[in-house]
Order: sequence, then structure tokens, then C-alpha cells
Amino acid sequence: MTNNIPTSAVSSKPTSNSARASMPKHSHSGGSGAAPANQADSHFGRKGLVQIALLGLLLLLPVAAYFFGHLYYVNLASRITIIAMAAVGLNLAIGYGGMVSFGHAAYFGLGGYVAGISAYHAFDFTPFMTWPISIPGSDSLLVVWLAAALLCALLALAIGAISLRTTGVYFIMITLAFAQMIYYFANSWPTYGGEDGLPIYIRNSLPLVDTTNALTYFLICFGGLVMAMAVTSRLMKSRFGAALTMARLNDVRLATAGVSPYPVRLVAFVISAAITGLAGALYADLNGFVSPSVLSWHFSGELMVIVILGGVGRLYGPLAGAILFVMMETFLGGITQYWQLFLGLVLLGVVLFAKHGIMGWLAGRERNE
Amino acid sequence: MSDSVLSLQNLHKRFGALQATNDVSLDLKRGEIHALIGPNGAGKSTLIGQIAGNIRPDEGHVYLADTEITGMSIAQRARLGLGRSFQVSSLAEPLSVMRNVMMGVQALQSHSFRFWRPVASDQRLLEPAYEALERMQLSHRAWTPVFELSHGERRQVEVACALALKPRALLLDEPMAGLGPEGSAKLTELLEALKLEVPILLIEHDMEAVFRLADRISVLVSGSVIAHGDSEAIKQDPLVREAYLGDSDA
Ligand SMILES: Nc1ncnc2c1ncn2[C@@H]1O[C@H](COP(=O)(O)OP(=O)(O)OP(=O)(O)O)[C@@H](O)[C@H]1O
Ligand SMILES: [Mg+2]
Repeated sequence: MTNNIPTSAVSSKPTSNSARASMPKHSHSGGSGAAPANQADSHFGRKGLVQIALLGLLLLLPVAAYFFGHLYYVNLASRITIIAMAAVGLNLAIGYGGMVSFGHAAYFGLGGYVAGISAYHAFDFTPFMTWPISIPGSDSLLVVWLAAALLCALLALAIGAISLRTTGVYFIMITLAFAQMIYYFANSWPTYGGEDGLPIYIRNSLPLVDTTNALTYFLICFGGLVMAMAVTSRLMKSRFGAALTMARLNDVRLATAGVSPYPVRLVAFVISAAITGLAGALYADLNGFVSPSVLSWHFSGELMVIVILGGVGRLYGPLAGAILFVMMETFLGGITQYWQLFLGLVLLGVVLFAKHGIMGWLAGRERNE
Repeated sequence: MSDSVLSLQNLHKRFGALQATNDVSLDLKRGEIHALIGPNGAGKSTLIGQIAGNIRPDEGHVYLADTEITGMSIAQRARLGLGRSFQVSSLAEPLSVMRNVMMGVQALQSHSFRFWRPVASDQRLLEPAYEALERMQLSHRAWTPVFELSHGERRQVEVACALALKPRALLLDEPMAGLGPEGSAKLTELLEALKLEVPILLIEHDMEAVFRLADRISVLVSGSVIAHGDSEAIKQDPLVREAYLGDSDA
């Protein structure tokens, strides 16, 4: 469908006879040569339906649960939503940028600790720091989110600047190594609870909104997820997205076309980390608790599993993956402590039989333009 | 030096014990096709790589017009107007031809840190890319994914990608290989028209095309330029006959 816009626009160019002459050729190739336009159209229906169904169910089920008084399920939906948002961030790095980060727990955890530490200081009215500038605690969600996103962006800038000098397995290992450093640091820093974690006694607040209400908080998280997905989608259609896509597919081609791949990747990595960090801040407030476990490599691995399950580089993949993952963890995990065995089987199935993940399986393959 | 668009001075490159480039100096002048010929493994592609920035020379200098580009990245050189095609085509295969060509246009216009406006409807990208495709007579393939293209078409796409950079010099590494007689003839015509605008450093094994197209020819053997001159001089040169033409079927 999108194919038609530029083609017709170009062939309506006044100068060229050949452009006009090429029109029938194009529609011919559109008809036989894999019919890019038609295929995209017929898939749009199915893909659109799956996407609307996923988002719609995620929105409506918790609302219904809330009115029937099942707050547990509302919070479960919040959890799914937040994990999905974290995976949206990781998907930008892995799926769209081809940067297989095994250290995104660092950003999720940092976001969580920003929320926790900020609330801690707001609760006992101590400043977070006094030198060189005085920074008080804050229980405003907006301040917390801004700080979480900014700090995660800075951390990712430093980690990415070094890690992106390597590729492949080395990149995976170096991102893991950085995340582990932060994990051990949090574990051994007693001020904020060390390995016991840091409870959050007040839920950070927004003006005019009761963030302690489970449904309200879910809706905030849902808004965050939708925003993250909208940003990703828009970004990937822009010039930046075009460059990032080419950096993933063939970085020599990108450089030969005059665009240096490294800064493009680095900026994508930073945006990816900021999204995951925001999700981490939401998660800490949801649980009223943050501990080093959200910084551990297990969590980095879980996010990767979710991205792969859902469909690497698919906009709705992280959501589909998070739904499946958290559901299995909650319901199978309630039955047997060996639930990860089943997770492993599902992952194996996806890798072997549905290379494009749940979204590829449900909504069909994505076509590039 | 100012009438040379591109000049190489005393380039050296070693791969371990192998001297792949041995004190090569040559230049490319406005309006000409300078052909670089030589047997397999002579170091032709290695030389192109050093000009385009994929390979660092051990010694020597590369100038584009009067700017020294020896230490620059591939992307910087491209933006300065150095376009190239690869011996084994290197494109973003799953993307459409158009998307491949548009990237060069994008690089010329500004940095790529523009996050909002969709490229799919951006006439500032589409029109110049389409023009580059038309020059290579490929506009009917604009929306075909590269992996569906024939060998020859891919090479043409690479040239179109280079043209999108509004290049000051073109480096083409065996653009005729695998094209078949008809394709070669067509591309020969295209290049003949093109050289008036952009001088071309052409690596080619198709001697018929070389003798027809080239204003000057340099012969590279084992990393060194052993002969240099116009078509007639090269055809007569005893060293060349022995080292190169003798064991080719030309
Ligand atoms: N990265 C590398 N490392 C080691 N040796 C290399 C490398 N690249 C090329 N070579 C060697 O350098 C020599 C020159 O290679 P090059 O590809 O430049 O030759 P060519 O003249 O382009 O040959 P052809 O006509 O086959 O394309 C060859 O012997 C090749 O094996
Ligand atoms: Mg070669």
C-alpha cells in the first residue's frame, strides 16, 4: 500500500516521458513480481486484526477485571505491559538495529533504582546529593521518569560507545559484562539496601491522578507501552530508521552510501536503553520494591527470550512475547516450578518452526519496502 | 595536480608476506575513463579498497581533487563525492532498489539524525533517487527487492547508488562480469555517456569493453603498475602481452 504513494508521486513528475512510460511496467511488476502492493494489502487485514486484538485485549481485560474486583489480574496486566515496554526497548536494539544486547537489565534496573532511590529520599526528606549541586528526592512520577530516561541514556551512551566497537559474540559478552558490573555494584552498596533490595513506601505520584489505584496505574503503564511502540514505529519510518535498517542489513553499504554506521547505532542503542529504563521505573513503582534481581543477567535473558518469542524486529512482537512469557510464568509457574522447561520447549518450537516469532506466525511475514 | 580529480601517490599495502600494492601512483582526470587491468590476484580490488577507505594503505596518499582523503572514513569519502561499486555486489538485499539508492541521497542532504518525517513519502529523497535509477535504465525495477534482481541488475543498482551521491569520481570494480554480451554492450554505452560527467576508474576483464571505453589504461601485475598508456600502446606493449594478454583469451 505504501508503495503506491511514492511511485505515483514520482511518476507524476512533469519532466519525464520515461517516468510515465515506466508506470505500466511498474503496475505490471506489481501484478506479477511478487505483487508487493497486493500482498501488503491482503496481509494488512490479518496483521491489523491481530494487532488490534492484542492491544484491545490487553486494555479491556484488566478494565473488566477491575470492575469485578480482581485487582490481582489488573496488576498482572500492568506487569505484562511493563515487561512488554522493556522488550520494546530491547527490540529496537536487537530487532531493528541488529545489536544483540545481553545487558538490558542494566537499564531496566537503573530505571527501577531511580524510582526507588528518589522515593526513599522523598520519604525521609534527605537530599540525594548535596555536592556539587543539591538534588533532593522526589515523589513526582514525571521527575522520576525524566531522571530514569536521562540516566539510562547516559549509561547507554557510555556502554554503547565502547561495546559498539565490537560485533557479534564480543558485543553480546561486553554488554553482559557491563550489566554484571552494575549488578554487583548494586548488590554491595548498603545505602540502598544492597542485596536485600529497597522498599518504596510511597508510590510516586502524578498531579490530579491517584496512582495508587490499580486500574489507574495500569492505564499509565498502557499509555507508556503505546507511546514506546508509537515512537519505535515512527522512528523506523524516518531517515534515521532507514539508516539504522541499513546498518543492520549491510553496514558496508551504508558507509559506501555516505552514512557512518557507528553513530547511528549508538543513538539507537541509547533510545533503546531509555525506553527500557522507563519501563524499569514503572516496574519498581508497581511492585513498591526494587532489588538487584532486576539487574541480573537472568532478566536480560528473559527480555531477549520475549523479543525472540514475539518476533524479532516486529512492532507488536514484544507485546505478544511478554503476554506469553508472563502468562506461562504466572500460570505454569503456579503449577510447577519446572515451568521453564515448557518455556524452553516453546522457544525451541518458535526457533525451529516459526522463525519470525508469534507475530510472524499470527500475522504473516513482514515485507520490506 | 589540479586537473586530476583523483590521484594516488606511492601506495603500499602488504598482507603478511604478500605485497598486494607496491608503490602504485596513478590519477584520474576529468572526462576520462581510466581502466585498470591485470590478472587475477594482481591487487586491483585491493587498490580500489584503499581509495574508497575499506582498506588502510601502509604507506602513501590518496587525494580527491585537492583534498587528502587517506585518513578518512568510507562514509566521509563517499560524501565528498567518491562513488564505487563492488566486485561482489554489496547491497541491502531485502530492501527495494529504491531504498538502496535513496540512502546516498539522504547522506548528501544532511545528517541522518532526523527522527520524524517518513522517508516513504519524502519527495526530496525519492526524486533524486528515481533520477539516478533512470540514468541506469532501472526505474522499472524501483520497487523490486534487491534479492529478486539478476546479477547484472545488481551491478547497475550499485552504480545508481553511487550516482545518487553526485560523485566527482566513480570506482567500478568489474561492472561487466557476468552480464553476458548484450548486458555488457548496454552497460558500455551507459558508461560512455556517463564519463562526460563523472570520470571513472574502471576495473574490467572484458577487454573489448576496456579497449572501447578507456582513454588510458594501467596494467597492474603483482601489485605494481607495469605499463601505462592508451589502448594502442597497451596492445603493443611486450611486457603486457607476456604478463597479461598472453594468457587471457582476449
Ligand atoms: N584482506 C586480505 N587479507 C589477505 N590477503 C588478501 C586480502 N585481500 C586480498 N588479499 C590478497 O591480495 C591479492 C590481491 O587481491 P585482489 O582482490 O586485490 O586482486 P584482484 O586484482 O582484484 O583480483 P581479481 O581479478 O581476481 O578480482 C590476492 O592474492 C588476495 O588473495
Ligand atoms: Mg578484484
